[in-house]
Amino acid sequence: MTRPMTQPMTQGTTVAIDKIVPGWSAPNRERARWLLERYPQRRSALMPLLYLAQLEHGHLTDEAQRQVAELTGLTAAQVLAVSSFYTMYKRDHVGRYLISVCTSISCYLLGGDDVLEAVEIQAGAHDGETSPDGLFTVEHVECLGACGGAPAVQVNYEMIEGVRPEKARGLCDWLRTASPQVVFGDEMQALFGGQRSFDWGPSETEGAIAPVPAFGPYGSVGGSS
Amino acid sequence: MTDFPRILTRLMTEHPSDSHTMARYEDSGGYQALRHGLAMAPADVAAVIKASNIRGRGGAGFPTGVKWGFLAPATPRYLVINGDESEPGTFKDRQLLERDPHALIEGVILSAYALGCNHAFIYIRGEYPKPARRVQHAVDDAYAAGYLGGDILGSGFDVEVTVHLGAGAYICGEETAMLNSLEGLRGEPRIKPPFPAVQGLYAKPTIVNNVETIANVPWMVRNGGGAYAAIGPQGSSGTRLFSLSGHVNRPGNYEIVMGMTWGEFIEDLGGGVRNGRALKTWIPGGASAPWFVPDEHLHLPVTIDDTGKAGSMLGSGAVVVMDETTNVVAAAHRMVRFFAHESCGLCTPCREGCDWLERMLWRILNGHGRPYDLEMLLDVCDNISPGLRWPPAQTTICPLGPSAVQPVRSILTWFRDEVEAMIGAGRGVEGALVG
Ligand SMILES: Cc1cc2nc3c(=O)[nH]c(=O)nc-3n(C[C@H](O)[C@H](O)[C@H](O)COP(=O)(O)O)c2cc1C
Ligand code: FES
Repeated sequence: MTRPMTQPMTQGTTVAIDKIVPGWSAPNRERARWLLERYPQRRSALMPLLYLAQLEHGHLTDEAQRQVAELTGLTAAQVLAVSSFYTMYKRDHVGRYLISVCTSISCYLLGGDDVLEAVEIQAGAHDGETSPDGLFTVEHVECLGACGGAPAVQVNYEMIEGVRPEKARGLCDWLRTASPQVVFGDEMQALFGGQRSFDWGPSETEGAIAPVPAFGPYGSVGGSS
Repeated sequence: MTDFPRILTRLMTEHPSDSHTMARYEDSGGYQALRHGLAMAPADVAAVIKASNIRGRGGAGFPTGVKWGFLAPATPRYLVINGDESEPGTFKDRQLLERDPHALIEGVILSAYALGCNHAFIYIRGEYPKPARRVQHAVDDAYAAGYLGGDILGSGFDVEVTVHLGAGAYICGEETAMLNSLEGLRGEPRIKPPFPAVQGLYAKPTIVNNVETIANVPWMVRNGGGAYAAIGPQGSSGTRLFSLSGHVNRPGNYEIVMGMTWGEFIEDLGGGVRNGRALKTWIPGGASAPWFVPDEHLHLPVTIDDTGKAGSMLGSGAVVVMDETTNVVAAAHRMVRFFAHESCGLCTPCREGCDWLERMLWRILNGHGRPYDLEMLLDVCDNISPGLRWPPAQTTICPLGPSAVQPVRSILTWFRDEVEAMIGAGRGVEGALVG
C-alpha cells in the first residue's frame, strides 16, 4: 500500500465504505478509502474505483457500478456514462488473460495483423471475444506506445515487444499450460518478445494478477515491490 | 552532430540498472535543482522557464513560458501532467516515466512552486501500468524524503501529487478532455475559451503540460534558462526526444538537437530504410501530421517552424517511416480507423465524418471504389476541416476530427495516381450504399 498524503484532500473516511461494499476484501476496502482521499472532490475517484470494482467483481456488473455510484455520491446513470466511455472498463465477462494486439500504424507496417490472426487461432477466440473455456479474451487495440518494438502485444496490460506470429502462438500455449498467477512483462518479453522500443533496464518484480492494469492503488499487482 | 548535453537521457544511459531509483537520482545531483529553486522567488523560477523558450512537447508546440503567463490569480490552482501518450507512433514519454521518474517529479515540484499550485496530478494512460508503478514508487520515495507533502525542505511550500490512470481513450490526451476525465466525467473536450489557465480543473486555474516538457525543468533551474535557449536553432530550443518507428533499421527514441535534415534523421539516426528498400513517405510528427515525401522534404531541417511552414508538424515527435512496398491506401485507412475509433462522439462532423472516411477507404481497398470517391473523400474532409488548409480549420470542438483528415489529404496529394489506379482496377459497385 502506498504512503498516504500528508493530509486527506477529501473526507473520504466519512463514506460508509464497509456498509456499501461489505463483500469487498479488507485490503480493497482500505484502498477505496485511500483513493477517496486522493482528490479535492469525491467524484474524481470514480475512475480508480471502477478499476477496483472490476478487480473485485471480475467485470463491471450492474451491482459493482451501483456500489461505485454510492461510494462517489453519483447516480448509477452517471457511472454508466463513464464506464461505457472508456475501453478498459469491461462490462462483459473477460477471460483470465486479456490479450491485446496492437494493429495501429507502426505495428501494422511490421505485421501486427498476422500476430492478431495467430493469437485468435491459438487462443481460440475471435477479436473482441472470449474463448469458450474462459481463459482468453482477445482484442485488437490502437497504438500501445511500443511502436519502436512493433508489433506489440499486452497480456493483462503487461507489455511484450517485437512479437512474431510464431512467438504469439507460443505465448498462448504457455499461458494455457504454465497458467501463471501473476504475469510479468519481463518474463514474457524474454520468452516471446524481440526488438524493444528502448532498453527496459532491470527486470521488475511486479506484474498483473488480473485483466486490470497492475497498479498498486488498485490492488491488481502481484509479486513483490 | 555537435556535442550537446543529454538533458533527458543521460542518467538512463549512464546508469541503466538503477536510473529510476531515488538513490541513483540523488547521487547524480538530483533534487539539487529543487533546493536551488526553493531558495528563489517563485516568479524567478517561472522566469527561468520563460527564458528557456521551450515549446511544449505534447503536440501543439506552444511556448511553455507564455502559457504559464496566462495562469489566473484565483486559488486553488492545479498543475496537470499529461502522460496520456496515445498518438500513434509515440513512445517517448513511456521511456521517461519508466527510466527517469524522479526528473519528472522534481520538475513537477519546481513547476508547482513557480505557479503557486499545491496539488499536481500526473495523468498516465491506462495501458501504461509499468510506467505508473515506477512513478508511484518514485512519488512515495519523494514523500518519504520530504520532497513532497507539507513544508518541503523547510520552505513553507506544500505540494501533493496524485498519480491517475486513464482507461483507454486517446481523446483524454486533449487537455480539456483530460480535465473532465480527472473530474470523473466522460473524456469529452470542453469548448475554449475559457482556457484551462483561467478555468481548468474544478473550474480553477490549471496548467497542463506534457511529461517531457516538465522533465526538462530541473536542468533549466540548475543551468539557467539562457543555457537551454542556447541549445539548438531559434524557435526550436533545447534537446528533444523523437520516437522513430516503421520500416527503419534502427527504431527507437532519440534525444537530439533539432536542425538536422530529415535525410540525416532517417539515414544517420535511423540507419536508413529496412532491407535496402527505398523510402516512400514518412509521418514527421504522429498520426495527426500530414505526410512528407522524399522529393519535397528530405532536405528540410527538422525544426518546429520549418516543418510547420512545409505544411506539417513535429507534433508529438513521432516519426513513422514507410518504404516503397507500402500500400498507402491501407496505411491511411489504418490511421483513419484509429481516429474513427477514438472520436468521442461529441461533434457530428468528427463522429460521422471519420466513420465515412474509414468506410470509403475500406471500400476502395477492397476493390469497390468508384471514380467519384476521390471527390467524395475530399468533400467529407472539407466538412470536418473547411478549406483543407494547414494549420487546419475545424468545424469541431477539438482537433481530433481534422487530424483524421490528414492521412486522406496526404495520399490524395502525393499518391493520387495510386488511389485512382486502385479504384480503376477494382470492380466498382454502381449505386451501392457507402459501406
Ligand atoms: C486529440 C488530442 C490528443 C492529445 N494527446 C496528447 C498526449 O497524449 N500527450 C500530450 O502531452 N499532449 C496531447 N495533446 C496536446 C494537449 O492538448 C496539450 O496541448 C499538451 O498536453 C500541453 O502540454 P505541452 O504544452 O507541454 O505540450 C493532445 C491534443 C489533442 C487535440
Ligand atoms: S503502433 Fe503499435 S505500439 Fe504504436
